[in-house]
Amino acid sequence: MTAPVKLAQAERSQQEIRLLRRRALLALRYVILIILALLFLFPIAWSFINSIKLPSEALAVPPTYLPKEISLQNYEELTTYGKIGIAQHVYNSTIVALITVVGSIALSTLGGYGFARFSFPGKNVLFIMVLSTLMIPFQSILIPLFVMIVQVDLHDTLFGLALVYITFQLPFGIFLMRNSFLAVPHEIEESALLDGCSSLSILYRLMLRLVLPGIVTVAIYAFINSWNEFLAALIFMSDQDKFTLPVFLTTIRYGIWGDVNWGALQAGVIVSIIPSLAIFLALQRYYMDGLMGGAVKN
Amino acid sequence: MQLTLLNLSWEQRRKLTGLLFVMPTVAFVTVFFIIPLLMTIFMSFHDWPLFGERAYTGLENYQDLSKDRQYLKSLDFTFRYTALVTPPIFILGFILASLVRHNIRYIGIFRTIFFLPVVIGLGVSSLLWTWMLDDRIGVFNKILLDLNLVPKAQLFLGRPSTAMNVIILSVVWKTVGFTMILLLAGLQAIPDELYESAEVDGAGYFRKLIYITLPLMRRFIALALILSVIGSVLSFDQFYIMTRGGPRNSTISIVFWIFNNSFTYFKMGYGAAMSIVLLGILVALTGLQLYVLREKE
Repeated sequence: MTAPVKLAQAERSQQEIRLLRRRALLALRYVILIILALLFLFPIAWSFINSIKLPSEALAVPPTYLPKEISLQNYEELTTYGKIGIAQHVYNSTIVALITVVGSIALSTLGGYGFARFSFPGKNVLFIMVLSTLMIPFQSILIPLFVMIVQVDLHDTLFGLALVYITFQLPFGIFLMRNSFLAVPHEIEESALLDGCSSLSILYRLMLRLVLPGIVTVAIYAFINSWNEFLAALIFMSDQDKFTLPVFLTTIRYGIWGDVNWGALQAGVIVSIIPSLAIFLALQRYYMDGLMGGAVKN
Repeated sequence: MQLTLLNLSWEQRRKLTGLLFVMPTVAFVTVFFIIPLLMTIFMSFHDWPLFGERAYTGLENYQDLSKDRQYLKSLDFTFRYTALVTPPIFILGFILASLVRHNIRYIGIFRTIFFLPVVIGLGVSSLLWTWMLDDRIGVFNKILLDLNLVPKAQLFLGRPSTAMNVIILSVVWKTVGFTMILLLAGLQAIPDELYESAEVDGAGYFRKLIYITLPLMRRFIALALILSVIGSVLSFDQFYIMTRGGPRNSTISIVFWIFNNSFTYFKMGYGAAMSIVLLGILVALTGLQLYVLREKE
């Protein structure tokens, strides 16, 4: 063989080795990813598996890995659990979340439009005032909020809790909606303004459609945050009939209704996880937009 | 003349309209935020029970703080917890971000899976982990016993040393996806050409990490760390649910102690004074955040 051919061969085999190495590394990356993914999914999967065991098996010591028999009895037990059953608590959480979603959308849209498209005295001061609430966590003003809510007789009401939740969605909502409106070109409104349309009808007829992605993002965060919130819900509700889902589940864990029913608790965990997960999976893009817009850019 | 007057009034109408648009938000923020904030300061100078007479006590609440052993213990615990939970969240978050960085096939599924626990409430995730960590029916003990890794079932949440570790494990699971996404955004903002030219110069993985990745991600790293620190300083759910502050009051965080004083003992003035201290800590942290993240000219 001549020297150049040998050299070309050597080069080719070196290329092959490089390609093989790259493939092996990629395969290794997938193996690590799959192992990690299984570890991350395990708690949710384990909770689900136990929620469909027979109640007696869910209480077994030591626990079984896979259900001997599949049953929805844990879920059935939940419907009569505690004083009033889980349906009331799902209802409480849903109503609070809905009021929070509607209120956050309404206020953020109006406010975001006002801050983006109008100039008026004190605008910057007011905008900074709204955003500065991001700096101060609600945990540190819960005491006066509680005193105020009690004073106006809104404690133990779903509406009172939702009002507090709306307030804590506002800085994020206003920031996001203002940016959404700023991204819409001015020309779109100008002709409508010249035609003498009122600002409110321009917002309603013209702009809403254009800022819809922002509105969806505000709605997702309002829903997930209010659905999951624990501390304020624990403080503002003393009437067990008004407990939201996470607070109700905690009462199961502490055996307020008798022995701790672990099977029912896992069924409850699944019931409370599903709405957030479903909304997140369906609208993931909007959720991530909000995370990037809210966290990174401010 | 007539025309300018009309113009002026139109201008003014616009101003008024703008003000009306932001009014509901301003009203909400004032009533549910500015007033409570001022009230917290006001209450902290009072003896303020839920019912009955309240009395001005000056700085007494603040003086009592320095004598409150559980308060000092809670501060210490909260900072210790923050110092212990932040590194694993950050390191695992960075590893995950590096693993899902390139758009290889199915990578979206992995990103979603690692992020899933973030949208579950911390309260519910704490309930889930309490049950998994139980000594009798918990799956962790079952697995450890089946693998002969422990001689008998462990009371993970019943001993101060292990309680801290397993709570950290549960919080890492719940929150690491958030850090991963922030760091992923940082990684993806670095142009590939930089790595390519470094490779031409013969730089290995660690040199690239130290000279390219970390410096260029400075702002994202700072943001991820500070948000994680703020979240840890404010933690409550996991301790209230998983250990109820035990064993022997060893896991009472600062928010937990404020909660106990204000809503169990109803010493609301005292709770307000503690809230003011907490507020000071957080404003300092946010100030640090703004300083680190400031735009460089």
